[in-house]
Amino acid sequence: MLHLGLLALLLAGHFFLPAYHHGNLARIMVLASYAMGYNLLFGYTGLLSLGHALFFAAGMYGMGMGVQHLGLGAGAGLILGIASGAVVSALVAVLALRTIGVGFMIVTLMFAQAGFLTILHFGEWTRGDEGFVLAQAGRILWGVDLSTPGARYLAALVLFAACLLITLALVRAPFGRVLVAIRENAERVQMLGYDTQAHKFAAMVASGTMAAAAGAVYGMLFGYVGATFASVQYSILPLLWVLLGGAGTVLGPFIGTLFMFYLIDLSSGVTTAYMLIAGVALVVLTLFAPQGIMGEARRRLWRGLP
Amino acid sequence: MSLLSVRGLTRDFDGLRAVDGVDLDIAEGEVRALIGPNGAGKTTLVGMIAGRIAPSGGRVTFDGRDITRLPAHRRMRLGMAYTFQITSIFPGLTVAENVTLAARRRVRGAVLGAAVTEALARVGLGPRADQVAGDLAYGHQRLLEIAMGLAQRPRLLILDEPTQGLAEGEIAAFETLIRDLAQETTILLIEHNMAVVMALAHRITVMAQGRVLAEGTPAGIHANRAVQAAYLGGGDAAD
Repeated sequence: MLHLGLLALLLAGHFFLPAYHHGNLARIMVLASYAMGYNLLFGYTGLLSLGHALFFAAGMYGMGMGVQHLGLGAGAGLILGIASGAVVSALVAVLALRTIGVGFMIVTLMFAQAGFLTILHFGEWTRGDEGFVLAQAGRILWGVDLSTPGARYLAALVLFAACLLITLALVRAPFGRVLVAIRENAERVQMLGYDTQAHKFAAMVASGTMAAAAGAVYGMLFGYVGATFASVQYSILPLLWVLLGGAGTVLGPFIGTLFMFYLIDLSSGVTTAYMLIAGVALVVLTLFAPQGIMGEARRRLWRGLP
Repeated sequence: MSLLSVRGLTRDFDGLRAVDGVDLDIAEGEVRALIGPNGAGKTTLVGMIAGRIAPSGGRVTFDGRDITRLPAHRRMRLGMAYTFQITSIFPGLTVAENVTLAARRRVRGAVLGAAVTEALARVGLGPRADQVAGDLAYGHQRLLEIAMGLAQRPRLLILDEPTQGLAEGEIAAFETLIRDLAQETTILLIEHNMAVVMALAHRITVMAQGRVLAEGTPAGIHANRAVQAAYLGGGDAAD
């Protein structure tokens, strides 16, 4: 109910929000979808990846390169982007899941750096750091021009709703319950007869593919594909959003992304040292609500919050 | 034919031989106690039986099938269940969810709820089904472990020091529970409390320094001089 309510609210926002916030929210919904993908692995399975920018970028570049160099339409481009994310995350998962804890963090970080450098290396096609603007023709899906604000907002909402409902279904399914159990006590899960490695692998592919979908849609809606999105910053951001909003909650990633986006937006209007204000706010929140905003809500208000 | 058969099972830890060529046969329906002083290799032995620890040598056969190379989760699916020496539950989940996870490997759908309720009722945790497992008292957490083992409906239930840290009254209740369980499953019990062992076990295997020192009925073991020297007469029996 809560989740459908949020979706309805966001749909209503399309009609009532002033243009500036309307644009912001479109961006937030796509980034929150990225955060939801991250949350599947980090919040629910308990695996901290520092390399999700690789999956976001795999989606974005899979889509962008397909449209730009293979002449694909928007639909085929998006599919190629999502498929790239699935393949890349499966490959990384096979190797990275041989490690746990800090080892896993470092291996994922290294893979993401390798991906980032690969994009720079093939600058002839990727335009490296500078990136490239997506051709207008590649941004029209089923006759809808995704570069217009209205279509962009609704497309972002469709992605967001899909990711939200998929997350909700996953975490309520037995599969999701096993992931939570792995987070709580992986050894016990194995001794109950579950193949924990197979579950972690599936979680990582689902997480990477969702991140890739967000990356592909982001490139498509905002018409730009660039190496910044593969940089380490974009691996850290979803971690921050999820931590702020509440790891292991379905709505946490959205709340965290929304909160941090507007925190930076508002504080940059006040001072150029806006990152300082953002930093202080983060520290305060982590001190007083270590489980994030939704995590705190779950603790205080409603224990059954998914 | 024995349900579990172990031949020449050996495990070295950095040059230290923790388990040294152990042979063990457990018949279907038996309650077998495994006793021995601390460091005798009991937990390592059952760890190898359950698949948590890879053996350096030897063979494990379960229900006529060589499982030496199977990973732990596959062995559990063949009908083993294992409860940890140190309480190992899912502290952030409810009691019912803990047991549901254990039962779901075996049953799904409508009967799942009934299986969970039944397992909880048998250990007396029924009224606490909705509590968060981490909030339970220690004795109740141990009971929850056993309920999880029950929910798996194992053919072989391995209990590693289940009464450790329990109060007198709780131990009495535990004895009743195990006697009840022994009607339907084979049990391998590592236990320090000799009163519990003598009351429950059909046969006892005594380990010392990684080897099997003696094996026999409770009465036979009680009378065995070698065992008395190594274990019963030693300071270890006091706990």
